[in-house]
Amino acid sequence: MAEVEFRGISRRFGDVQALHSLDLAVADGEFLILVGPSGCGKSTALRLLAGLDKPTSGEILIAGRPVTRSGPGERDIAMVFQNYALYPHMSVFQNLAYGLRQRRTPRAEVNRRVHETAVLLDIDELLDRKPRQLSGGQRQRVAMGRALVRRPQAFLLDEPLSNLDAKLRTQVRGDLKRLHREVPVTSIYVTHDQVEAMTLGDRICVMSNGEVQQIGTTDDIYNRPSNTFVAGFMGSPPMNLVPGEVRGGTVRVAGAALADLPSPDRPVTVGFRPEDLRIGGPWESRSVPARIDFCEPLGSHVLVHALVDADGTGPEGTPSNVIAQAPPGTAYDSGARVGFSVAAGKTYVFDAETGQAAPPPARDRVITA
Amino acid sequence: MTTAELTSSLEPGSTIRRWRLPFSPWHLVLVPLTFVLIVPLLWMVVTSLQTQGEANRFPPVLVPHDPRIANYADAWHTAPFGTFFLNSTVVALVVVVSNLVVCSLAGYAFARVRFLGSKALFLVLMATLMVPFQVTMIPVFLIVKWFGDNVSTYLGIDHLGALMLPNLATAFGIFFLRQFFQTVPVELEEAARVDGTSRLGVLFKIVLPLSMPAMSTLAALTILTSWNDFLWPLIVITNADQMTVPLGLSYFQGAHQTNWPLLMAGNVMSLVPMLVVFVVAQRYFVQSVAGTGLKG
Repeated sequence: MAEVEFRGISRRFGDVQALHSLDLAVADGEFLILVGPSGCGKSTALRLLAGLDKPTSGEILIAGRPVTRSGPGERDIAMVFQNYALYPHMSVFQNLAYGLRQRRTPRAEVNRRVHETAVLLDIDELLDRKPRQLSGGQRQRVAMGRALVRRPQAFLLDEPLSNLDAKLRTQVRGDLKRLHREVPVTSIYVTHDQVEAMTLGDRICVMSNGEVQQIGTTDDIYNRPSNTFVAGFMGSPPMNLVPGEVRGGTVRVAGAALADLPSPDRPVTVGFRPEDLRIGGPWESRSVPARIDFCEPLGSHVLVHALVDADGTGPEGTPSNVIAQAPPGTAYDSGARVGFSVAAGKTYVFDAETGQAAPPPARDRVITA
Repeated sequence: MTTAELTSSLEPGSTIRRWRLPFSPWHLVLVPLTFVLIVPLLWMVVTSLQTQGEANRFPPVLVPHDPRIANYADAWHTAPFGTFFLNSTVVALVVVVSNLVVCSLAGYAFARVRFLGSKALFLVLMATLMVPFQVTMIPVFLIVKWFGDNVSTYLGIDHLGALMLPNLATAFGIFFLRQFFQTVPVELEEAARVDGTSRLGVLFKIVLPLSMPAMSTLAALTILTSWNDFLWPLIVITNADQMTVPLGLSYFQGAHQTNWPLLMAGNVMSLVPMLVVFVVAQRYFVQSVAGTGLKG
């Protein structure tokens, strides 16, 4: 186990800057998630750490040792690939033993460690099979085993659950969490799935356009997003972001006062999460007027989609789509007039131009509807 | 047909008669084509069982009155066929092994390794495929002669080395393996590199075991080409001890008369090893040709 550090790592592919001076430190034994949309640079960062690609500039350290110019085999890391990359011409045993044999581990030690790992991952019955004879979940476990058996300094996982169906993904997610508790190796996990990101990691690094947007715990990322990108990316459904304004020290959306913010008058972006919204009648004071678009019943709750004339310019203005999470059984006719109110302390304010969260957080000075 | 008739013919239960061939229409093309291809082979076998008189008769004798199996023994004893077969086998084996090693290394480099000028070099290599052998024949002869004079006599004119040297690697072999290597998922190679395997190790432990169809096909094609080569041995070999089978068959071809039955018996004997190679490798031919057609 070891700490991993990126120091000003940049990577350019022709005219495309895939990574902009990435600075990131992963503590010994930590489970860090790199999350972001496709093309945000998360897989590039992982490949650079694995040594499968070279950075344009910057330095990578593993256990305090610079490894930027070292080959993949010299870094003592293990990687689980999205499609598992199991060697098709080798049995499960040979797949697990391959890395150890490359490092000239004695035969008895290879046998012992392969069997130990196979038992840990419950694949000891599959050791004689070829990868093509395994199911998706079994292949995933063999891929994990191939990484585990080497006892590397760090695990790199590149979207390892993306090829599994939804049910299996939930199960393997739990397995991964349990496995990290039992074998607490420094792990860096790349995903675009925010549920995986929020449930698995000790910390999450949200990336976009080759830059780190925010690093923090699930609580930090969800409840204290640093900008509109993080607010809009994390959460399902994501945070509602509508144009508003600060006028006279009050945050307003479509004329409704939502929170106090001691700040000069200016346009802002106001955010509120679907579960923090309450839907009332259109006559309620201090509520955001909206028109129901449609409802999505999901069993445990109903997602109510509505259109808010957020900039207060009247029916000619461009309406913003807002999603509210309502109790089961909630039903509205399309076009019905309603008013949204936001739970106390749950209004987020971002600068309209930069998208950065407005300090201090508006939720501490909220006036509820 | 009136609308009512048309409607009634389309009613449920009514059957539309369609005239169908009892075999695939493709057979109408394939059967005559097969016939055209197989006739020379059959003729060769028939002639190899005839007497010299029957072979020269017109109209041709299609079924020999008294098939002469002895033609095969006569052919074997008239010319040193054992030496010819041995020479052909040695040349084919050396050329095949060398092609598999050199073409796989070069093909892998072109498929995966990024180096300065790789695309330009590959284009030049491809361009050489379009140059007919007749154009390069004389320069290659001079090069081989130079090798014989300056490096080793065994590589020079009138030695088996002269048959091997120009064929140790081929542009086609490099191209063929490069195309196949590109279909091997790159993640497998990356996983092996993370597991501590060198570049060469990745080629020999991961890529080549997964490329057996392509390697087998290249081996079979190289054996066929080497075994059947006539023009190049004709240019560089005059000594009977160094002759290969196709060249040795010219023993039966005189300036004034050709012993057709013995020549054809020799031909049939020279064909047997190639038929065996083809039958064994046929399965891989299909796999590798289908594989290289999918990508690259």
